[in-house]
Amino acid sequence: MPDAPAAPRAPLLEVRDLAVRFTGPDGVARAVDGVDLTVGEGETVGLVGESGCGKSVTALAVLRLVEPPGHIAHGSSVRLEGRDLLALGPKEIRAVRGNHVALVFQDPLSALNPVLRVGSQIAEAIRAHEAVTRSTARWRAVEMLAAVGIPDAERRAAAYPHQLSGGMRQRVLLAMALACRPQLLLADEPTTALDVTIQAEILELLDALQRKLGMAVLLITHNLGIVAERTRRVYVMYAGQIVEEAPTARVFARAAHPYTEGLLAAIPRLEERRDRLRAIPGQVPPATDWPAGCRFHPRCPHAWDRCRTEMPPLLPVAEGHRARCWLVEEPERRRR
Amino acid sequence: MSPWRLAARRFARNRPAVRGAGLVVLLALAALLAPWLTADPLAQPDPVRLQDRPPSLAHPLGTDPFSRDVLSRTLHGARVSLVVGTGAALLAVTLGAGMGLVAGLAGRRTDQLLMRGVDVAMALPRILLLLAVFAVWEDAPAAAVVVLIAATGWFQTSRIVRAAVLSLREAEFVVAARALGAPAPGIVRRHLLPHVAAPVIVSASLDVGNIILLEAGLSYLGLGVRPPTPTWGNMIMDGKDVLLTAPWVALAPGLALVVTVVAFNLAADGLRDALDPRMAA
Repeated sequence: MPDAPAAPRAPLLEVRDLAVRFTGPDGVARAVDGVDLTVGEGETVGLVGESGCGKSVTALAVLRLVEPPGHIAHGSSVRLEGRDLLALGPKEIRAVRGNHVALVFQDPLSALNPVLRVGSQIAEAIRAHEAVTRSTARWRAVEMLAAVGIPDAERRAAAYPHQLSGGMRQRVLLAMALACRPQLLLADEPTTALDVTIQAEILELLDALQRKLGMAVLLITHNLGIVAERTRRVYVMYAGQIVEEAPTARVFARAAHPYTEGLLAAIPRLEERRDRLRAIPGQVPPATDWPAGCRFHPRCPHAWDRCRTEMPPLLPVAEGHRARCWLVEEPERRRR
Repeated sequence: MSPWRLAARRFARNRPAVRGAGLVVLLALAALLAPWLTADPLAQPDPVRLQDRPPSLAHPLGTDPFSRDVLSRTLHGARVSLVVGTGAALLAVTLGAGMGLVAGLAGRRTDQLLMRGVDVAMALPRILLLLAVFAVWEDAPAAAVVVLIAATGWFQTSRIVRAAVLSLREAEFVVAARALGAPAPGIVRRHLLPHVAAPVIVSASLDVGNIILLEAGLSYLGLGVRPPTPTWGNMIMDGKDVLLTAPWVALAPGLALVVTVVAFNLAADGLRDALDPRMAA
């Protein structure tokens, strides 16, 4: 990937100040807390973070799929080509789901209905948006299956999910998501449940389809290797917030946030002998009880007084590179 | 192979269940053909000399205190038992499934209202409720028995369905269908109902035996379907006073009752094992 900042494109998706709260017995969990992110037309953007940092909830919130006891807080804004998705009526948002923005899930087995043939599940996605006959939809479903590289598509369309392998199922999910040619695909850990060779195959396929359909992809993952290979820009999420935003190459070369550094340091490398994996000390705090000040400070090796009391905003590091860390302002505080 | 066909195959391999189901079919046939197989169950050919006669060629199961043919009455009694049992179970399950769907899909408030209502209803003794109604409504037709038994018997099903709906709502394939813009009625029809169907079918089939017993209990007490229409309950009642001198009068409907309930329960157990392999013992 070239280090040049991604060419400015018209934002396809623009999320501003997105907050999702869950009311539970332990109080209010602020699972997503003031997230800003944009995805340009045709762009591939990564959203990285540990489990529980709010990445998946962010994706669900974009399509307004957050169910009670969760709700999207007042003041959040999600715009698709300028249209405020949070202000749409139930019918209008339904017309967006799958048609303009589609979502693929992590576990292809549980995301498919076990008692329906896969072809009919793809046909269902088509018929949700287009007034086509049952047989046309079925025929298009078979076409989609062929398009995602499933051999003998006609016969496979009649299969039940349990009769397909994990990789095949993930292809079926992609076929469902892409059946209506969405402009944006939210891919929530699309390969995590698959083994490594199949992972690569699916990502290749995703790439090819993306180029063919010209759609944008928000790739949600905890796997930095995938981010490095497949994205131009990346958002790093921690404790419900974006903590760093930068062109992908830049993140790998000069990460500014200690959390991002920690994630990168945790990747084992071939050229380096290491007996233990380097982990970030501590755990993600519960979403009902974020620490005051910078949310990463209890786990941060550089933290000082300011970090414990004042929450840093996203501070500009370079063009297209921002980090939520006081070190940007006071680099001399960095401990070696 | 479709999951339903797999279930059918599992059922077919379950011997006791198949025998139970076969017995149910035989009973249903006998009940259906009763008017052609036997004499008029109401006829009293000779109320003086044919009282409490033991089994003979003319009356294979003997006669009752009113000189009526016990075999004919037992077969005709099966009609009431089967119609009330299956009818009320179907109706109860439909009601319960409907209420459970509403509770599971509507908002918190509707859900709470319905489920607290169900809690209260389940705290009332069913038999007393039915006794009270039929004591007042003396000439209730069989349809009324069906409706009232169903109206007091859907609570458990509604809970099962509600629980299933609540967990299915969170199921990834339901969220995935919503994420692709599938309309809500379509999601209920294609993604919720088929998964709720299995526990509902099991619940209904297990209910049939209980309802048949309940109906027999009511008619033993002289409520519900009234004499002279033969029901197993009122036949046992007729036989009660002659239990020592003419045991066949009560024994025939009593045995029929036991066999029927066992047959239904065997079939129901088989259905449960076939539809939910995880629950199979």
